[in-house]
Order: sequence, then C-alpha cells, then structure tokens
Amino acid sequence: MSSAISCQKLNVVRGKSHILHDLYLEVPRGAIMGLLGPSGSGKTTLMRSIVGLQKIESGKVEVLGEAAATKPLRESIGYSTQSASVYSDLTCIENIRYFSALYSQNEKSPEEILDEVDLAKNAHQMAGSLSGGERARLALATTLVGSPQLLILDEPTVGLDPVLRVQLWKLFYQLAEQGKTLLVSSHVMDEADSCHSLVLLRDGRTLAQGTPTQLREQTGQKRMDDVFIALIGQK
Amino acid sequence: MKLRRLLAMTLRVLQQLRHDPRTLALLFVSPALLMTILKYVYWSNPDLFQRVAGSMLGVFPMLVMFLITSVATLRERTSGTLERLMISPLGKVEFIGGYAIAFGFASLVQATAVSSYAIWVLGLKIQGSQFALIYTAILDALIGLAIGLAVSTFAKTEFQAIQFMPAILLPQLLLSGLLIPREAMPRVLSDISNYLPLSYAIDATKKVISNQGSIVNDSLVIGLFLILILSAGSFTLKRQTK
Repeated sequence: MSSAISCQKLNVVRGKSHILHDLYLEVPRGAIMGLLGPSGSGKTTLMRSIVGLQKIESGKVEVLGEAAATKPLRESIGYSTQSASVYSDLTCIENIRYFSALYSQNEKSPEEILDEVDLAKNAHQMAGSLSGGERARLALATTLVGSPQLLILDEPTVGLDPVLRVQLWKLFYQLAEQGKTLLVSSHVMDEADSCHSLVLLRDGRTLAQGTPTQLREQTGQKRMDDVFIALIGQK
Repeated sequence: MKLRRLLAMTLRVLQQLRHDPRTLALLFVSPALLMTILKYVYWSNPDLFQRVAGSMLGVFPMLVMFLITSVATLRERTSGTLERLMISPLGKVEFIGGYAIAFGFASLVQATAVSSYAIWVLGLKIQGSQFALIYTAILDALIGLAIGLAVSTFAKTEFQAIQFMPAILLPQLLLSGLLIPREAMPRVLSDISNYLPLSYAIDATKKVISNQGSIVNDSLVIGLFLILILSAGSFTLKRQTK
C-alpha cells in the first residue's frame, strides 16, 4: 500500500520568499509523525501543501496514493489550523453536526465525536464561551467528522496545560490504533517522544528524520532540545 | 452540487443568525426606524413622503443586507473556518449558495416587515398593488445581498469590504433613477445605468407605485443579474493560496 504522505523535491515559494526547499517526506500509514522545528521553519506551509491549500512551485506531493489537492481526498483528510477554526456563534454540537453534514460518509455520529474529545457535557454550550483547552478539543473534533484516514494537526497542543496535553496525546494514540495516520506539528520538543517518528525542519529544509531513539543515537544526546541543537551544529 | 451540503450550509448560517439576537433586531428595527424618520422629516409636506417613501422602501433593506453579507465570508476567512471548509467536500457554489439562501430568507422577512410597517402603520399609499411593492422591496434587498457576498469574497480585510459600499453600491444608487428619472440624465450616464441591476429594481418600484406597466421583464433582468453576481462571487473564492 502507498504511504499516507509522500513529498518529493517539494518547493514552495510565497511572494519573494522561498519557504520549502527540495523537501522529502515519507509518512507510513497508521503512524504518528511529529513535525518539529522552530517557528518560521515551514511547518504550517508544509501542512497546507499536504492538505491542498498551498500552491506548490515544483515537486510532487502524494496523499493516500493520490496527487494532493484532488477532489476525492477532501473526503478523507482532517485538518486543524493553529487557530481553533470553529464557529464561536454556534454550540459545540451544532458545529460538529454542520461539519458532519458536509461529508458523504460519517463513521461516527456527532455525539460520539464530542464524547471522544470529552466535550459531551458541553454539547449545548456556545463555542465562543469555551475555555482555551475546550476550544482546542472542539477544533480537533471537527477534524474527526466524515471518515478521515489522515489527520493533519497544526500545533494542536499549543497553550494547553500538561494534563490536557497528556489527554490529547492519549486520544492521538487511540486514533492511530483505529488505523488513522497523524501528522502533528509542535515546537515543544518534549512532545517528540510521544511520536512514532519525527521529522525536524529548519528554514524549510529537512534537518533529520527518524524515530526518537534513532535521533538520540545519531547525536549522542539525551534531551530532545539538545538533539535538535546538535543536529543544527552538524549541518 | 449536492443538495444535502447546500442545505447544511443554509441551516448553519440561519443558526448563527438565530444565536445573534442583536443582529436580528437591527435587521428588522433599523429600516423601520429610518422609514419613521422619513415620515416625520416630510411632516410639513406629506405628499412628498408619499412620492419618496415607496422607492426608499427598497433602498434601506438593500443597504442593510449589503453591509451584513459583505463581511460574512470575511468572518470565515479571519476565523480560519473558510480554510477548514475549502479542504472539505463543500463546493464553492454550495458555500455561496448557502449564504444566498439563508440571507435571502432574511431579506424576504425584512423587506416584508418594513414594507408592511410603511403601508399599514405609516400610511403609505400607492396606486399599484401593495403586495407588488413588498415584492420589489425584496428584489432590492436581494441585490444588496448578492453584491455584498460577491465583494466579500473579493476583499481581504473588513476595511476593504466596508469601503465597497461607497465604491460600488452608492454610484448605482445615484444612477438608478431614484434621484432623477434615468431619461433625464446625460446620455453616457443613462447608458451606464442600463448595465446596473439597481436601475431595474427602481424602475419596477416606480411602475408599482404609479400602477403603470408590467414588472415581469425587470424581474427577469434582476434575476439574471443575481445569478451573474453570485457566480462571480463563487468564482473569486479560491481553494488554494499562492
């Protein structure tokens, strides 16, 4: 079976700035791939190229065996942006019902989805009155509508307290066990250990790719922060 | 296009309106308030009120609908929900269509309410049918709605969107024959006015007020304009950014 995501020699240029340089990325199906790198390294642009929102300059992006930005893929990709993209003037359940109705097949009901992100009790609360953590979980819930095989999550845990972060990562593992592939970006290096494999980006280039253990062995460092710094030094 | 998605889109916009009582109140109260002020502005000359009020009945709802719809898709752009929708199976025509139907319904209720208020409370008398007048007021509101939605997909910020009112809507108002009959304008201007949807709405309103002539052709031309403007709106919407 083809990879969940395959980028080859991907170049993205926005205006005058060259954002991604000859980028290679392979994400096997069913994996949780962490996309790490400082802000401005091109994480969001890479994710937007994969979901088909970003025009690419050259190179190839294949998602679930299809060329990126093609129509059939819209049924099978879930994407959450850095800002929680939900309607603050609708209730939680209205948000999820609406997004669900856009897809031709839904593997879970809106109630089940809210339950999965632990928002069942907030179903009739306006999204605008949710706390930061609840809002982040609602945004995650909107990616679970339809029958997504690939979830692209842009900094889903940013600004959340450690307890919530652990909860969300538990959910990510559950989703991976259901056979979904996750690409999760973060600039918090200690989240790296939760991923099956990692790709480190810097200035739009792949700095390193591998499992957390492999990267540790490669650099001889223990802490992920140090691994990253060592890798920058090697280049 | 899928009916299911179009309906979901329409329902969602109506739900948002329902959760926003202040917008709803302004939607219905402000045109009625303007009509009331108009009545008392012309207190010393009630005949003038009777002449002007019929045409203004369409203008106020049109301005209100334009303002509301011109920020509608911008709100989605700034909240990030537009991107969320662009990666979903929702089509661009369904997106614009849903907004048009939902706000079209609001226009219908709004124009009916303010016309009824002017006719039965403020005592507006016209030669033609009162229901035809309500109908032309709805046409006006729909024009405001369609142009508002189209510029909304075109504008990048709220500042830009709001400025389309003086740039696009007000010139139409000046050329529509509201202030002076179109035949009395310089040739160039009356020629231009032939290509503006609002001219046909004002023509229709005048025919209803004086009970002269059929408004079927005007309605058809306006219908065509609505389809053109809304298509232009869904065409400007882009799934991908550079």
